[in-house]
Amino acid sequence: MNNNAQKFQEDAARICADSTHRQIIGTALDKYAQGRDKKIAEFQNWEQARESAAQIKQEGLDDMEALLRTLTKKLTKRGTHVYRAPTGADACRIVLNILKQNGAKTMVKSKSMTSEEIHLNEALEKEGYRPIESDLGEFIVQLRQEPPYHIVFPAMHLTRYQISDLFQDKLGSEPTENPEELTMIARKNLRREYVQADVGFTGANFAVAETGMISVTENEGNSRLSASLPKIMITLIGIEKVVPRMQDLSLLLPMLATVGAAQSISCYNTLYSGPRQPDECDGPEEYHVILLDNGRSRLAKDSTFREILRCIRCGSCINVCPIYRNVGGHAYNATYPGPIGSVLMPRLFDLQTYKHLSFACSLCGACRDMCPVKINLPHLLLKNREAASTTQPKFFEKLAFKAMSLLFNKPFFWKWGKRMGWIGQKFHPLIEGSVIDPAQCWTATRKAPKLKWKSFKDLWKKHSK
Amino acid sequence: MNMNTAPGFKEILSHAETEYQAMIRQFAVKSAELTTRFFHLFGVEEVVRTLKTLAIQEKWKSLASHHTTLTHSLVDSLNLPALWTDSGYATEELEKVDASITLCDAMIAQTGSLFINSRTCGGRALSILPPHHIVLATPEQLLPDLPTAYQHMQDKYKDNYPSMMSLVTGPSRTGDIERILVLGAHGPRKLTVILVEKLS
Amino acid sequence: MISSVFFLMAGYNSFLNGLDTQYSSIGTFEMKITLFAPCFMDAMFPDVAMNAVKIFESLGHQVDAPEELACCGQPAFNTGYWDEARNVASKVVERLYDVEALVLPSGSCTAMIHKFYPELFKGHPLEEKANRLAAHTWEFSDFLVTRLGVTDLGASFPAKVTFHDGCHGLRELGIHDQPRALLANVRGLTLIEMERVQCCGFGGTFSAKFPSISSSLGESKVAMVMKTGADYVVSNDSSCLMHIQGVADKQRKLIKSIHLIDILVRHE
Repeated sequence: MNNNAQKFQEDAARICADSTHRQIIGTALDKYAQGRDKKIAEFQNWEQARESAAQIKQEGLDDMEALLRTLTKKLTKRGTHVYRAPTGADACRIVLNILKQNGAKTMVKSKSMTSEEIHLNEALEKEGYRPIESDLGEFIVQLRQEPPYHIVFPAMHLTRYQISDLFQDKLGSEPTENPEELTMIARKNLRREYVQADVGFTGANFAVAETGMISVTENEGNSRLSASLPKIMITLIGIEKVVPRMQDLSLLLPMLATVGAAQSISCYNTLYSGPRQPDECDGPEEYHVILLDNGRSRLAKDSTFREILRCIRCGSCINVCPIYRNVGGHAYNATYPGPIGSVLMPRLFDLQTYKHLSFACSLCGACRDMCPVKINLPHLLLKNREAASTTQPKFFEKLAFKAMSLLFNKPFFWKWGKRMGWIGQKFHPLIEGSVIDPAQCWTATRKAPKLKWKSFKDLWKKHSK
Repeated sequence: MNMNTAPGFKEILSHAETEYQAMIRQFAVKSAELTTRFFHLFGVEEVVRTLKTLAIQEKWKSLASHHTTLTHSLVDSLNLPALWTDSGYATEELEKVDASITLCDAMIAQTGSLFINSRTCGGRALSILPPHHIVLATPEQLLPDLPTAYQHMQDKYKDNYPSMMSLVTGPSRTGDIERILVLGAHGPRKLTVILVEKLS
Repeated sequence: MISSVFFLMAGYNSFLNGLDTQYSSIGTFEMKITLFAPCFMDAMFPDVAMNAVKIFESLGHQVDAPEELACCGQPAFNTGYWDEARNVASKVVERLYDVEALVLPSGSCTAMIHKFYPELFKGHPLEEKANRLAAHTWEFSDFLVTRLGVTDLGASFPAKVTFHDGCHGLRELGIHDQPRALLANVRGLTLIEMERVQCCGFGGTFSAKFPSISSSLGESKVAMVMKTGADYVVSNDSSCLMHIQGVADKQRKLIKSIHLIDILVRHE
């Protein structure tokens, strides 16, 4: 077992045993689920919406390179600088260059999971820059120096009391149990940063090829501030986010809000096509759009896995995942936790490093049923497992399955195997659940079911005579 | 599946009213859910009275807007210091105002949303930085649903789009602390929409 | 009375099947049903499978149970060892591909054959046979309700029960209403639904690879079952029941689990 897998086992076991933590997550997710189901019910035809959304995103993937060319052409025409970053390191370098060229020091960031994926903050800090997260949840986890807990709700694992303590400690604010007051403390702190920041940085949810626009969804308004006040604006966006038409947004945006945050539509859905234009009174002087590949174009060519690029990062698979509900967001130790991450992490990065995530799933399929773009997540997890076990089989596991084939395929072995097991079980209670129990992985937390001396096959033989 | 045979988005999305009075009703209901304050007023005189009341209630000391005939007549009648973003402004000044008044591109009944843009609504910051954003709309701007609204923006701007177009739905909000709704995370804490009917 | 309703429904159903070309050979009411008791059921819950035999026979069908087959190959398949899975599954396909109807008293194993065999044997010499078998494979409750049109077996079981949907049955096969339709006709039985539909945490080899996660899911399931105040937790999947019972017993929580089939033969 590699270190990552070992750490996952330990962290997961620890958090699973923490009932307070489980309760916080459970309450948050239940609250979300109720709201989400209400919003889904408002659609005249939710199933058709999923079908159409999947099709739009698939269309975007099938024609990705051509659409990206159109997007780039249109953005450039309006004075936007467009870059294509093959890797995360390339994207970080591009951001750094923009900062250097403009003598910038501070950068206000609005929420971007893609920037988490490429570890942009670390890269900037290493060069002496100060990236400031402005999304409230991101702001909180940045103060705690930890990664987001969830791709949509970064601070869902914290109570207002913990946040109050954190603000008291890091910002010197007065303690309060009122979420509104806590929000206002963050607002006040960040306003200062906005007015002073040299660069505003945003993630993005979609790119519209037809009109050459970047679509950013948010509720707080921090992204819009990042795009209004600083003199330079940068957007980092994965290349798979391109959709053909502006009209596609009229379906995708309400769906994203519905399953992502249990809203009919998010508060601000903004389209950016360039820097401040001659007939406009404000806005950034420069607009830079970085199109991040980082393994995506390779995935787009993979006939099995390409559908994972339809993902719109709504987090709905995470919200319905019983594993996530129990182990929480940090145990995964991955940019993208939950079902999406368990498929994506081994594919975008290293299969062997992240394969344990694909196995850490009971294949219940709840994620697939909720996915707004109909990604068959459990199937892709199975394909990851197959790839992992084919390329680097575990010796004893493979041996065990070979032995099992023999056991299952030879009636004699099967019959006597069961009986030996029956005899063995007579002595089992002596060691059941202990470290020397060969079935410890089951019996440490569960009672073992009892084998019967007369199996169905025996009963059937007697019956059919 | 072919796009041509697929049901249109209007048949998939949530129900949207199409008749004028019903659209107003739907916009009002959605606004209530979103905590947007919605006024349906007749003539500029009613708008002035409404704004004056708001100014007193909220103790406005100054406000910001952009140059149009309508905004001029409203701001003048309020008798408060005003900042005009399209005449050039300092961020620090805009940050101090108590309210902003802008026009919009469209109102959407289905979701209680508005379309605003950076060219004809006083720039990018005017509608996001001040604590109270007041939007003025006219009857022909009230549209039934999102597909119509996006089509409207495409028809209106063709290939000459403003650098920013924002679909605004309710005042700024967050649920990042225990998923409890808090208004005014970074953007305006209050959003007021005024649909102004012309007096014949 | 009950049996006459049943005969009417079954008759109507076989009439419908007569219209279906795939089943045009089934002109008569009597079917030859092949019952495959999955490995763990064979070894640990033999009575459930025997009760399934009894139900089919009481309905006038002929039952066969292949003695030389033990497992569908799902454990190896789910763990990524598809060669080893095929090794076991090939034998199932060769032996059963031409059956009239294959019925399994387990949603999970049914899903393996019905849903995953076609993928496992894609491009394999057995592909065609695997596809044929997949098309004739049914989960028990689905077979009774959808194929035979039977929802009332005259059972009575005066108890409060809650139903656990096995995930594979629920989401791979769309089985939700079928077992509930059967339970609705059990005299004296009251069904109380749990607050949430959620996996019990078993997941096959997952339960052994990630025991802490698996059992914490099991714990939440046990809590949900307890909250309903039901006397029994019922399922159409013995593997889930085995897990729920195992967790409950370890924690000394009083939960009684029972397979749907075992209720359908009760006359109390």
